[in-house]
Amino acid sequence: MTDPTTVAAMRFGYGLPLPQGAPTTPDAMLAALSGPDVAAKTWPGLGLAQVLGPRQNAEASRAAARALRDLADQHDAAREQYRTDLRVVNDQATRSAQVTFARAVGSPDGFRERLVAFWANHFTTVARFRLDGAMPSALVEDAIRPHVAGRFADMLRAATLHPSMITYLDQGLSIGPNSPIGLKRKRGLNENLARELIELHTIGVDGRYTQTDVRQMAELLTGVVFDASKGQVFDTKWAEPGAETVLGKTYAGDGEAPILEVLDDLAVRPETARHLAHKLAVHFVGDDPDPALVAVLAQSWEDSGGDLAAVYGALLDAPQAWDAPLTKARQPYDFLVASLRALGLGGEDMLDFADNPFKRMVLGPLKVMGQPWQTPRGPDGWPEVDTAWISPQGLAARISWAMTVPGRLVTPMPDPETFARNSLGPLAGERLLWAVERSESIREGVGLVLASPEFNRR
Amino acid sequence: MAMNRRFFLRGAALMGCSVAAHPLMSTVTLAQGGPGFGDNRLVVIILRGAMDGLDAVQPLADPLFATYRPTLGVDTGATDLDGYFALHKDLGGLNDLWAKGELGFAQAVSTPYRDKRSHFEGQDMLEAGTGMDVPLNKVKDGWLNRMVGAVPGMSAETAYAVGREALPLLDGAAPVRNWTPDLKLDLSAQSQLLLEQIYHDDPLFRDSATEAMELAAEMALGADNALPAPSDPAARKTADVDTLVDFAADRMKGATRIAAFSLSGWDTHRSQAGAIPQSFQKLERMILRLRDALGPDWGKTTVLAMTEFGRTVAENGTRGTDHGTGGLLITAGGAVRGGRVMGRWPGLDEAALYDRRDLMPTSDVRSWAGWAMRGLYGFDPALLERTIFPGMQLGDDPRLIL
Repeated sequence: MTDPTTVAAMRFGYGLPLPQGAPTTPDAMLAALSGPDVAAKTWPGLGLAQVLGPRQNAEASRAAARALRDLADQHDAAREQYRTDLRVVNDQATRSAQVTFARAVGSPDGFRERLVAFWANHFTTVARFRLDGAMPSALVEDAIRPHVAGRFADMLRAATLHPSMITYLDQGLSIGPNSPIGLKRKRGLNENLARELIELHTIGVDGRYTQTDVRQMAELLTGVVFDASKGQVFDTKWAEPGAETVLGKTYAGDGEAPILEVLDDLAVRPETARHLAHKLAVHFVGDDPDPALVAVLAQSWEDSGGDLAAVYGALLDAPQAWDAPLTKARQPYDFLVASLRALGLGGEDMLDFADNPFKRMVLGPLKVMGQPWQTPRGPDGWPEVDTAWISPQGLAARISWAMTVPGRLVTPMPDPETFARNSLGPLAGERLLWAVERSESIREGVGLVLASPEFNRR
Repeated sequence: MAMNRRFFLRGAALMGCSVAAHPLMSTVTLAQGGPGFGDNRLVVIILRGAMDGLDAVQPLADPLFATYRPTLGVDTGATDLDGYFALHKDLGGLNDLWAKGELGFAQAVSTPYRDKRSHFEGQDMLEAGTGMDVPLNKVKDGWLNRMVGAVPGMSAETAYAVGREALPLLDGAAPVRNWTPDLKLDLSAQSQLLLEQIYHDDPLFRDSATEAMELAAEMALGADNALPAPSDPAARKTADVDTLVDFAADRMKGATRIAAFSLSGWDTHRSQAGAIPQSFQKLERMILRLRDALGPDWGKTTVLAMTEFGRTVAENGTRGTDHGTGGLLITAGGAVRGGRVMGRWPGLDEAALYDRRDLMPTSDVRSWAGWAMRGLYGFDPALLERTIFPGMQLGDDPRLIL
């Protein structure tokens, strides 16, 4: 059995060597979580407050450029302005990616970063338009980080009502058919967010719900719209009048109150508890988790009313969390973070990357490994199962990165055998150590360690 | 332990626990009278995100269509197919195929999946090829893999999953290959040997690495006989499609008989008229490029493009469509008997709709695939109904294949 410190590093963090001051016991890990978000302070991110302005500027200059399409002399200048404004948005998006890497690579509290990544994936949003490039990270900043060890209901409210979610799942265009705007424009519902809220974010596809629940939820959500200057607002003119019944309970009243009420109810339903207990167990422990572990987590969810710190406590108290073999595949993002950390890079290094090298050595490879940054195929986020990642294509991309990129990042390269022991501790297998000794160059020796099964599982 | 699934299955196949021992194997008769898959090629395209079949093949002759779709169903510019249905204008490049009988459609098809309308469950069921009686998480292989496994004497080269994305359709016991043509893997001989050593005890890594190294070596050795890169800007948009198709076609001119792709971009909840053209253009390109790249082998090729479910008959409040039920199957290739819109058309009267909102499914998409496989490779109906598509009923022969 692997020693608890190594398990803490691999299963609940971004691997070895453990950063200075890293908590490794359940109590210390929970204490760190309930303390201040040091990583967010050290490497500040961009929330809605920072990204709305540039987004609005770009939107305005785009409109101006379009309006001047027929005036050749002015059109060029207007288009140039749009390009300049769009570059600010793009830079923010890249900056947010760098900040995310900085915190994961640099923070001593790896568990917090892993949890943020877990919930960010749970509430996946994708920027479908270039203008929205910095929005998905803003959702993580505003809705996930502040609540990562708080009440799930608060995270659910914040994520559901975040402009990035409203935009991604088309809520901003869903109109109550009998609302003032709906009657005037003869337009109506879009059930995208309503469905995923039930199916993915809360009770899960195995929960007992019907198309009618989805429809009623869609009606209930009308009025939630995105305002380019203010962010999320509730607009009564869009809202379907009257009460709606979702999962057997009737929600009535004006404004946002009934929406907040349904979100609070969903957050503590037993189906939600089971769905998310299972998802947490799959993510942290194994693709086919012990049903007893899932039951314990679900129970703590129910007992605590969806207090995430309590659920994490139950997870860290469970023997399976420490005894189960480390069989999960690190996803490409985890693999890169763990590799960069193991190579000795820190948070500041992630921010010091110039734009192009960061894209060439980090974001580009992420895509080739099968996990293009913040663009999973759908709102269900990334798959968990190891076969989804350790495919011939995916593994070839990891080997390729391991053999070529580290040499460009660190000089001098570490001694491969020391590197193996530092980054894998007791997990470094005999075959790996045997092979590392026989590699033809330091570059290849380090590459073998990073490409090894030990390094790619957690 | 989950990590061992793939190894276990592959390992079993490698160790000679041959599929030929399957009790139903003796009933397989093979097309072309020879062993293996003969010359017939099958390409399966999974259209992820629920393609709107009513936009692809529009029932323009039904006046109700325009009332359900006041913006999406009028002045669509679609080309008439058979006096009732018309082909979306952004699939217009396929009209020649239609005229030659190399393109057909089946309307109102579905998997057995009902009611929850989840993309993710819908795709799982589409690729598992099972019914509502089997929990999806219990199905560990895909129907196309089971088909490959049902033929003795195939090699790993027989079937390819092409692209970066997983294609569960081809997962399973029968050895198949997974590759994406835009990957390079330059390794020294020594590194390759050492990697083989460190992967020795982890079957998932071992199998993936072995396949990757073999393919990378082949790719490096292989002559570049791809079609020239497109020069016009419209075609450049589909360059990624071309790369995938050229790779697959190149393989299929060799020993490969089965290929599978994914094509995403169909979840058109809003402003569908602006969003769906580029997806149609990619699909059109995929089919036409395949025809061009396969050359004479196109005559022995069948393409099946299928999606997890259709979309609502009525457009929604945002000029898009929401998740529905009955959808569309597209068949193409020199081997198909096309020029027809097949399937029992249920009509658009509200009472005829599923849940009063979706096109009523009138046939199982699996039965069409089943008839295609039977036509191409001579599979016995019992094998199709029990092993490849458990619980499926073939029904009447639509005579899909020439």
